[in-house]
Order: sequence, then structure tokens, then C-alpha cells
Amino acid sequence: MRLEREDLLRAYRRMCTIREFEERVHREFASGGIPGFVHLYAGEETAAVAVCENLQPGDQITSTHRGHGHSIAKDCDVTAMMKEIFGRADGLCHGKGGSMHIADISKGMLGANGIVGGGPPLACGAALSARVLDNGGVAVAFFGDGAFNQGTTLESLNFARVYDLPVLFVLEDNGYAESTSSDWSIGGNDPVRRAEGFGIKGEKVDGHDFFAVYRAAQEALEAIRNGAGPRFIHIEFTRYYGHFEGDAMTYRPPGEVEEERSFLDCLAFFRARTTQGGQLDTAELDAIDVEVRALVENAVAQARAAPPPAPETLTTHVYAAY
Amino acid sequence: MSVKSFRQAINEALRDEMHRDPKVVLLGEDIAGGMGARGAQDAWGGVLGATKGLLNEFGRGRVFDTPISESAFIGAAGGAAVTGLRPVAQLMFVDFFGVCGDQIFNQIAKFRYMFGGTAKTPVVIRTLCGAGVRAASQHSQMLYPVFTHFPGLKVAVPSSPYEAKGLLTQAIRDDDPVIFFEHKAMFDDTGEVPDKPYAIPFGEARIVCEGGDVTLVALGRMVGFAKTAADRLAKDGIQCTVIDPRTTSPLDTGTILASVRSTGRLVVIDEAHPRCGMAADIASLVAEEAFNSLTAPIRKVTPPHCPVPFAPELEDAYIPGPDDIEQAVRAIVKERADA
Ligand SMILES: Cc1ncc(C[n+]2csc(CCOP(=O)(O)OP(=O)(O)O)c2C)c(N)n1
Ligand SMILES: [Mg+2]
Repeated sequence: MRLEREDLLRAYRRMCTIREFEERVHREFASGGIPGFVHLYAGEETAAVAVCENLQPGDQITSTHRGHGHSIAKDCDVTAMMKEIFGRADGLCHGKGGSMHIADISKGMLGANGIVGGGPPLACGAALSARVLDNGGVAVAFFGDGAFNQGTTLESLNFARVYDLPVLFVLEDNGYAESTSSDWSIGGNDPVRRAEGFGIKGEKVDGHDFFAVYRAAQEALEAIRNGAGPRFIHIEFTRYYGHFEGDAMTYRPPGEVEEERSFLDCLAFFRARTTQGGQLDTAELDAIDVEVRALVENAVAQARAAPPPAPETLTTHVYAAY
Repeated sequence: MSVKSFRQAINEALRDEMHRDPKVVLLGEDIAGGMGARGAQDAWGGVLGATKGLLNEFGRGRVFDTPISESAFIGAAGGAAVTGLRPVAQLMFVDFFGVCGDQIFNQIAKFRYMFGGTAKTPVVIRTLCGAGVRAASQHSQMLYPVFTHFPGLKVAVPSSPYEAKGLLTQAIRDDDPVIFFEHKAMFDDTGEVPDKPYAIPFGEARIVCEGGDVTLVALGRMVGFAKTAADRLAKDGIQCTVIDPRTTSPLDTGTILASVRSTGRLVVIDEAHPRCGMAADIASLVAEEAFNSLTAPIRKVTPPHCPVPFAPELEDAYIPGPDDIEQAVRAIVKERADA
């Protein structure tokens, strides 16, 4: 693995953008500006960024209901994303999808998903396209610990294996599916062994350590691009906010989040690692923080001011041809 | 009798029936919540709190939180039903039927018929439905016509807290599989609900109000909207009968036909998609059975043929409301006056 200065700065900027975006959405939701349901990715930034930093623009990803981080990591426009979350006409999906269906097909971001386990089969399909079109592309399925028990996910592992499809399965284990602990819900309690049961090589990594996730993703994707077929990564971290905005999280002991945040913050970890090693200095990271704050602030201002979709658009986009 | 919310009415029916019959068990994702977690148990009580408190009362031996594996636990509810339990499973949102469709449509629905009447499948699948909370395309559908399509399934669509408790009680006591639709925008609606258990028989419509000019048939959340429209129209001298079939399968065709034979006009209001929906189904019933009584064309009030959108402005335009119903009624009353 060789991460040059620019790579590190880019990765930090992405993770920072996700964090700032989510914390801002958290506040905007609380003040009533955002309709519907939002699920925040704060605390899980390494997965999206470390994996997507190893992708090419033509590679494809499938996401989950917690999809803002994947979108930002796959280079979706932050302002258009914010507009979508506010339900605006010129949002990424013209206000039709919202947070739970945010997508940018042109960027290889095949959509946040309202169905738990909806993504992995689609990722297999994207991998099949890459195979048939012979474009060298790979697909990544991001999914949660809860989704790891959905039939669609397990069928996809097998399907990818029997055809050696170029898919990376990324299990984002944030400890909970809604209020249910992943220690309980994942029978056997050993996701890597479960993947290996399907004949898929897997690895478990500490999700608070960008470098660990980066290395695992790089290795897996290299193998996939070399024709090894599907790979699996189990990433462990913690969710900073409720399952959705408004969840009181009483199933977590008081102080659990605060405590984990205090020593398991991937951004703080990244800063410490890169500055102590002398690769980056604090001032340039601080500058990124400021820059990102302005970017997100501007996105919110634009989203607030943007017009809603025109009523006539209600029935557009149902079919490609009528 | 006291005033209760839709949520409380459901909770009460479940609690009463669990007390009455030890074979009643609950299955679903986070129906208690906190499974395997280090904080509070019963942390959720279901996504909208309808099963809150039942864990404490009945314990983990009757209240089963499940992994996110709908095929497995909805199917298991069916398997438990044919082998002696009366499971009430929760399919959190009806939109998720796609990940467990086979177990519902090919297994649970058909056991009795395929096995020549030897099987009994007393399972209830409670499920959230309906638009109006900005939950977008995969969490807002009103899919009862899909389930009504399948012989073997019974389908209940409560329109008030009173109906919710009585229909759910019947659903649990019923020996057939019942899909029970709970409109998420109605959970805080309140109404008079008897404290004692009671069952509302399936296939018996409720006549919400009576009037001689037009018959309005509406389901679920649309019943309240139809009543609002009827009240407004009454001020202009147009008298409507509002019928709430309460179950789409079995369907109380008798009450609908009798009313249309006396009013001569029908408006059907359905929050489901318009194609192959209940509005079309009821319209065809009346066209076939009461054509000669009709004095005006049948009108259907439904959303347009598109998925449920996210943006509030679009979703509000999507959902049929009292104004749409009023317009439809005025149009067919006028048509006769013009003739
Ligand atoms: C098929 C299906 N079942 C249930 C749900 C409701 N639901 C939404 S998110 C969620 C929990 C998902 O947990 P996990 O996969 O761990 O993802 P996380 O929320 O932790 O990111 C559930 C049960 C759904 N959207 N789709
Ligand atoms: Mg999770």
C-alpha cells in the first residue's frame, strides 16, 4: 500500500465531508427542515471512503438506507445530495427519492435502498455487466449486520461465488440493526466464517482505523480485478446517532456512544496517525475542516432556497417510454 | 369504553388475545427491541410502538424478536400456525412483502386448498401501509389489492381505532391466514374503543353514514376522507352513503350492491395503485351486478399510476383527499342533472 500525501488529504477530506454532512443533516432534521426518515452514517466513514478510494469511476456500488456516506465517497455532488434530502426539484433524484433512495447512476452509485438486503443482488448484476461488457469493472455491495441475515444477501454470496463475479461484499457492522444487537442476530457470530462457508475469502477489520480498512479493501479489490471472484470484508465500528433520526437509543447503555466516540473516532485516529508520522500537519487538516464546513454550509443554504418539484412531475419518470 | 389511539387499540387486542389463548405468539423485527443489547429491553415495541409492553407481560417465550430474515420468520409463522400455534407476525412495512412473497402467496395462502381442506393456518401478518409520512417509494405503498388477489388470504384494512381492535381480535381468532393493514399515518388517531375484547366479523361492511344520492365506498384512511367530503356535500344538499367494507377479502358485496341499487351512483375511493386495485374491483362488481340501477357513470378516486414520491409537494398531490372525492361526487351528480 502506498498512500501519497494527496491520497491522504483526499481521503481525509472525504471522511470529513461525510461527518460534517451528517452532523449538519442531524441539526437540520431536528429543526424541521428535512422531511421523512434519515439514517446517519457518522462514525462509519472509513468503510465508504477506504473502499471507494480503491475504486475507479466506472466501478459500481450498491448502498443501504444509510447511504449518504457511500454517495459522498463515490463522488456524488454534495449540494445536489442535500437538495435531494430536502426534497427539491434539482436534487440528485429530482425530489422523487429523498435520503433513502439517493443515487447517481452516472457516478456508479446505484442507490441508497429502502429494502434491507436490496443491494447485494444488484451488485451481482453490476458485476455481471462488467463481465459481459468486459470493461474491467468491479462492483461493491455495502450492507449492514442486519442485512447479513437477509436471504437476498446470502443468495448473492453464493451467486457471486458460482460465477466468480467481481464483487466485493462489505459488511458494515455497527453493532445494531435498529435496536437489535449484531452479536445476537448473526447466528454463529462469525461473519468471516459465514462468508468462507460460501467459499469466499474474508477478513475482519477495525473500522476505526482507516488504514486497516484501506489495506483490506485494496488487497481484496486487487484480487477481484485479477479474476479471483468475490471477496468479503467485515468492518466493525459504532453508530454515532440513532438508527434513524428520532431514535432514543434506550437499548444502548447510557454513555455508550459518548464513550466509544471518545476513543473510537476514525477522524481523530486518522489525524493522530498522519500527524504523528509526520506525513501531514495539523494546519493542513484544520484547513480541510474549514473548507468542508463551508462546502456543507453552502449546500444547506442552497437546498433551503431551492424550489420544490413542480406538481406535473408527479407522474414523470415512471417509464422510459410510454 | 374510553378514548384510545389506533396504536393502543392494536396493543390492547394483542394483549387480550395473548391472555385469552396461550397459543398466541408474536414474531417480528424489534417488536420488543433490545435483543442481545446491553441497554433497555422492550426498547422499541415495534417501529411505531404498537407492541410496547407485551414483552414485559408475556416474556421472550411468547414475544420473539427476529433477525432481518422475513422469508424465515414469516414462513415460520405459517409453519407454526399449521402445527398448533396462533402466531401474529409483523412484516414491518408491507413494501417488504417482496422478500417473503413465496411464503405468503404460495405456502401460507394455499395450504388449506392444496391439502384438500386438511390444514388450518391461523396466522396473522400485521403490516404497516400507506402514504403521507414522506417515507418515499419503498415504505409508503398500500398493497392490499395484491394480497386480496390471492385466494386463501383474508385481508383487513381498519379505518379507525374501534375497527383496529375488533378486526385484529377477529384476525387472531380466525382459522385462516389474515393480512392486517395498519396505516402508519393513523397511529395517533383516536376514537372510542371498548375496554372489553370484541371481534368484528369479517365480510361485514360498516355503514358510516347514510344518504340517498351517492354511494361512497372507501377503505382505511380514505374512510375518514370520504366522511369529510360527505359532510361538506350534505351542506349543499347532496346526501351520501359512506361504506367501509373493513375487509377486502371477504368482501361484503351485499351492502355495497344494496346501497348502489338505492342511490344509483357510485364513487370508490382507494389509496392503492389504480390498476387492478380495489377501486377497479368494486367498480366492476357494481357494473356487473347493478348496472341497471346506475344513473351515472361510476367514478374511481385513486392516486395516479406512479410510485409514491418523496417530496412533500409531490406526495400531497399523490394522495387522494376530501377535495378529490367531493369533485368526483359533484361530477356525477351534475351528469344526471344535465341529462
Ligand atoms: C426487508 C426489510 N426489512 C426490514 C426493514 C426495516 N429496517 C430498516 S433498516 C433496518 C436495520 C438494518 O440494520 P443493518 O443492516 O445493520 O444496517 P444499519 O441500520 O445498522 O446501518 C431495518 C430492520 C427494511 N427496510 N427492509
Ligand atoms: Mg447495523
